[in-house]
Amino acid sequence: MTIRVNGTEVSPPDDARVSLLDLLREHLHLTGTKKGCDQGACGACTVLLDGNRVLSCLTLAAQAEGSDVRTIEGLAGEGDDLHMLQQAFVEYDGLQCGYCTPGQICSAIAMADELRRGDPSYVTRDIAASPPPVTRAEIRERMSGNLCRCGAHNGIVEAIEHMLRETAA
Amino acid sequence: MTKLQNAIVGGVRAVLGHVPASWLPGGTPDPLIDKRVALGRQQSRVDGPDKVRGAAQFAAEVPMDDLLYAAFVHSTIARGNIADLDVSAAEAAPGVALVMTYRNTPKLGVPPTVGLTNLKAAGNHTLPIMQDPEIRWNGQVVAVVLAETREQADHAATLVRVRYASAPARTRFEEGKNSAYTPESILVERNRLDKGDARRKLAEAAFKVDAVYKTPWENHNPIEPHAATIVWRDGKLIVHDATQMINATAGSLAKVFGLKADEVHVSSPYVGGGFGAKAMWDHQILGAAAAKLAGRPVRVTLSRASMHRLVGGRMRTEQRVALGADAEGRLKALLHHGYGVKPRHSVCDEGFSLTGRSLYASESFDVVQHYVDLDLLANSFMRGPGETPGTFAIECAMDELAHALGMDPIELRRRNAATRDAVSGAPHSQNAMMEAYDLGAARIGWSRRTAEPGSRREGEWLIGMGCASGTFPFTRMPGTSARITIDGNGDAHVASAAHEMGMGTATVQRQHAADRLGLPLDRVTVTIGDSSLPFASFAGGSSQTASLAAAVSAASGKLAVQLMRLAGNDTPLAGLKPSEVEFADGGLRSVDDPARHESFTSILRRAGRSELSAIGESGAPLEILKFSMHSTSAIFCELRVSDVTGEIRVDRLVGAFDCGRILNAKTAASQFKGGMIMGLGMALTEETLLDERTGRIMSTSLADYHVPVHLDVPDIDVLWTDIPDPRAPLGARGIGEIGTTGVAAAIANAVFNATGKRLRDLPLTLDKLI
Repeated sequence: MTIRVNGTEVSPPDDARVSLLDLLREHLHLTGTKKGCDQGACGACTVLLDGNRVLSCLTLAAQAEGSDVRTIEGLAGEGDDLHMLQQAFVEYDGLQCGYCTPGQICSAIAMADELRRGDPSYVTRDIAASPPPVTRAEIRERMSGNLCRCGAHNGIVEAIEHMLRETAA
Repeated sequence: MTKLQNAIVGGVRAVLGHVPASWLPGGTPDPLIDKRVALGRQQSRVDGPDKVRGAAQFAAEVPMDDLLYAAFVHSTIARGNIADLDVSAAEAAPGVALVMTYRNTPKLGVPPTVGLTNLKAAGNHTLPIMQDPEIRWNGQVVAVVLAETREQADHAATLVRVRYASAPARTRFEEGKNSAYTPESILVERNRLDKGDARRKLAEAAFKVDAVYKTPWENHNPIEPHAATIVWRDGKLIVHDATQMINATAGSLAKVFGLKADEVHVSSPYVGGGFGAKAMWDHQILGAAAAKLAGRPVRVTLSRASMHRLVGGRMRTEQRVALGADAEGRLKALLHHGYGVKPRHSVCDEGFSLTGRSLYASESFDVVQHYVDLDLLANSFMRGPGETPGTFAIECAMDELAHALGMDPIELRRRNAATRDAVSGAPHSQNAMMEAYDLGAARIGWSRRTAEPGSRREGEWLIGMGCASGTFPFTRMPGTSARITIDGNGDAHVASAAHEMGMGTATVQRQHAADRLGLPLDRVTVTIGDSSLPFASFAGGSSQTASLAAAVSAASGKLAVQLMRLAGNDTPLAGLKPSEVEFADGGLRSVDDPARHESFTSILRRAGRSELSAIGESGAPLEILKFSMHSTSAIFCELRVSDVTGEIRVDRLVGAFDCGRILNAKTAASQFKGGMIMGLGMALTEETLLDERTGRIMSTSLADYHVPVHLDVPDIDVLWTDIPDPRAPLGARGIGEIGTTGVAAAIANAVFNATGKRLRDLPLTLDKLI
């Protein structure tokens, strides 16, 4: 079995201890996915595994066998095009140092699907309402697993709102 | 610091008091204060696209053949010796190339320590690094394991066996206070300030408050861990580092390894957050030593736990503030005494007692701070060093005084706002703190605040508003230099070994250079982040933008002279002196007769040159010794406190800043908000937990050290006066640090307004409210 990373089939590592994060960064040199804590506390390593957001530091590479992994490098189109959310992060200044950014972006893309799917959250008032209303509180709660230390939170939320607006239309 | 330093600084200030201001830097205000095209605009950061696509390469991501991975073993006692050391199992583990301990570490010099007199020094402590079996703090590195993979290195590190002979260690704050020491100076200021018989005036004051405020040990916790990819090549040391001190790190590594300055190359184009932490600590030195011993390149990436054990944080402080005022609220006495934990081997001052000296015009002062010497990891600078804990104490005390007087807290500040330096009498270069208060009060709707604490309730929630002043001094570093190169197409390229860790350094200097050189933005590039570029000092103390701006400005002046020389006599500019021309429209033109113009390309082509370069330098910052140069802010907060759980929810934060001219409205707003969010964390959740029995830090993960998450961060409004500081390059003082100052006090003051409970011990956790 292989792992499909951004559309390319790759072999799982020989060492069973290798995390999906280290497979990406150290073996495949896809260093856009970031290591912030290596213990599931910061969200910088978030990637999309079969469309769902996962912490790649807490995922063994072997667990991804047979799955489709999408990283920050796989979001943009051909050439210089950025994904709509990547562009919005630049426009709304949803970043400073840029280190948590790929994780924030991957996380937000999957979060938008969770919202559309109707998954409730801690701040959802009426869990029978489906889908939940798109409020800043919903975005903030759902993005709280992605830490940012520079303090770009307002810009990140605005960029995500922009994407949700554009894709709802 | 020393009495000698106090004498020198005092002497220079005294002399400058008699020197006409027009002779000093800024004597002629920077023309770009008003003449702005690109400056002042909302400009997206130039490195944004690379960062959002994951293409910006950080220190641990530099590809390198034949790489070994490092893992560290940390001591588990605070003081004593290594009695037994068994590395045989680790050495025999699969993939291990080397285990380095004090027994085989090469002889290493002690790095020169950080200071204002040596810009090539980055050492944060004065202890030997793995040179002997002695243990000096709990967490010190006792072994470095190098292996072919990270997994192998991490595993082998668990196999190193160490037995310690413990010695008594000093790890308790309360006990340490008894033997605290009192430095002569704090940064460049004299420590003890006794002016106007403050003790008597306090005793006689009609209204007074006197309380003790506590701030905990805090850690920066940037999201990018400290990392370095290190290789020795032909006797030269090459370090791809995550640092806000490129040249200082290079200079220090040269001393440690006995190399010439040009034999160390440090590169750090992107830094994943620093806040003071991304400096030189033991890991770069140990990594370079291990790489030398193994004869192979090494990658060091600190685990989150290793970051807490090896990289110092903001010192714990305990501050007594006593304020005495007359019935009109005018300050008669300001007393500020305190303790902070600074081990003798530490070099970073936390000048919390400097805060109250510049903000208010008290009649008298009694100020001094003491350091507690414990067997702990050295402390470090952290965002808004000094003023961040200092404003918590002073600004809570001001709120307490306002309440005692029955006066609006803004009005109390208005009555006491300093119109010149309250201690030295030096004039302000520019100061409009009360305008910032007016802006912020209008934005948050201060008139909605009820003075009576605990008087606003919605269900279980008590609602309150609070405000506080923030402040941070202006600094411009000498020695920072920049090179401007004009190429054959007439485009400009600016280069300097400056730092980018999210501030937007290249973005703003590109705007600056474009306006300085009369070029559109898209014809200017800026390259930073490498020691091979012209020298720059550190990114710290909110000094980098001003220092770089001074350097670029100086370089442009030299460039104009060189262009005029090159232009010779066959130019419309013939006969003009360099002082009679200015940059405009991609070339130079006569100030008096704009029709006399020649483009860069034309000048270069005629001279047969493909390019022309000039280097300029930021000179001695004499202006800061003549003028009182401080940025100020007014921070406002509205919050709710649950009377069931004690939970605090901050609903709004407003920061109004008086920092001179704002150079890029977009990145500046982000800087201010970022600082305020660190202040929010300081107020509510952040605390490095120390086990005082063992001197061991307990909160070494992001699950245990709580930084604000999205749901904690409300919409934040930032405003600015945008009044230029005529003494600062571009009219702009720094903005990186000030955002953090004042925030914790504004929040604590709002909690008092909401609940009537006065909390003086950060962080304001739930247990303290129920």
